[in-house]
Amino acid sequence: MDPVACTVAITGMNATDNPAPGVAVARALRDEPSFRGKVIGLGYNALDPGFYASGLLDGGAILPYPSAGRDALRKHLLEVREAFGIDVFLPTLDSELRGAIALSEELESIGIRTFLPTLESLERSSKPRLHELNRAPGVSVPDSEPITSADAIPRAIRKYGLPIVVKGPYYGGEVAHGEADALAAFHRFLAMWGGPVVVQRFVAGEEYNIAAIGDGHGGMVGAVAMRKMALTDKGKGWSGITVDNPALIELTAAVVKALQWRGPLEVEVLRESSSGELFVAEINPRFPAWIYLSAGAGQNLPWAALRLALGLEVPRPLPAYRPGTMFVRISLDQICDLRTYEQLSARGLLAHEEEHA
Amino acid sequence: MTLDTSRLRDLALSDTGFVFDPYSGHTFTVNPSGLTILRALKQGASMEEAVQQVQDEFEPEGGEDIARDVSDYVAMLRTLGLVR
Repeated sequence: MDPVACTVAITGMNATDNPAPGVAVARALRDEPSFRGKVIGLGYNALDPGFYASGLLDGGAILPYPSAGRDALRKHLLEVREAFGIDVFLPTLDSELRGAIALSEELESIGIRTFLPTLESLERSSKPRLHELNRAPGVSVPDSEPITSADAIPRAIRKYGLPIVVKGPYYGGEVAHGEADALAAFHRFLAMWGGPVVVQRFVAGEEYNIAAIGDGHGGMVGAVAMRKMALTDKGKGWSGITVDNPALIELTAAVVKALQWRGPLEVEVLRESSSGELFVAEINPRFPAWIYLSAGAGQNLPWAALRLALGLEVPRPLPAYRPGTMFVRISLDQICDLRTYEQLSARGLLAHEEEHA
Repeated sequence: MTLDTSRLRDLALSDTGFVFDPYSGHTFTVNPSGLTILRALKQGASMEEAVQQVQDEFEPEGGEDIARDVSDYVAMLRTLGLVR
């Protein structure tokens, strides 16, 4: 593929035991031989581990938290552009997407490309509205509904039975085995995230995860499916393996089509043990933290997303990935130069001196 | 009894007895006789032929009920959804 020399700014450098996807996206780009550009890491804390990863970044910057609003994000992105000359902005966190979508036209006008869903698509993928996808051809979602009052819990239990799944509107989910558990989960999520809280029929089965890219016109550019092999105590995948199950890819394509999705996404699918039926349990509107597996398995989705953001063509379909490719995460201590921390703490900007080949 | 062994065709079998099912992402470890049965069924052998292959390969001392062992093994594969 023709070389691409651009500067791409990637958010989500917080690679902890509940990692953000940014480091994985950056690693995938670094893996692509025809990528000759620069990678700027964006994070919210000077100690975000990705800033200290050897050979990963050409620079970095601290962003204001998404709660600071769109104007603050715009101001900081302009500062980052001033410092590094960014051509593409790839946000990787759910909480960043609304602001990024709202700013995308403005960013485009000043030469910063994005590849994001529309606000409408984003809304339709959200947990409170996920059940609406049941009307889409080829898509099944476990029966669910958004609730705003604890009074709705006993009725939901009568309707869906026990156990029942209780989910926060943005993050987190619990399997409740009794009414008291469900009520406690409801109040916890409401206090943490606000409403509505989502109650969902429990589907007993195995979970599969599919990372994909939609072209914004109903087409799916590529998709990689995997099964998690080990989880952390927060339920995050610590190892996984790519699988070759066409039904998972077809279901993801149906989701992409129904949402007219543009950009990266992850679809969480449950395969019900009793029926073998596949249900969409959740949609994450960005690459997952395990996305480096796509590059390792031969279908580099972040690279495809970057090319699409730049308006460049990608092969359709993308090269097939290798089933049986595994990832296993590792925690290790990085020895760091104090100057990296100093730059990020004092200036909010990090300029690495070393060049990448 | 007719067996649908089409799912077995995709299994990756290693000489070490390590088995990967690319459809589900599951991995298994089987012993040498299990590997012989899996290989036979994967190649389309009937249960009777699988029994014969185990007998040929392992030269039993006598007293073993190989047909029953193979039948139990196939029942386990059925539980795992690998044969129907």
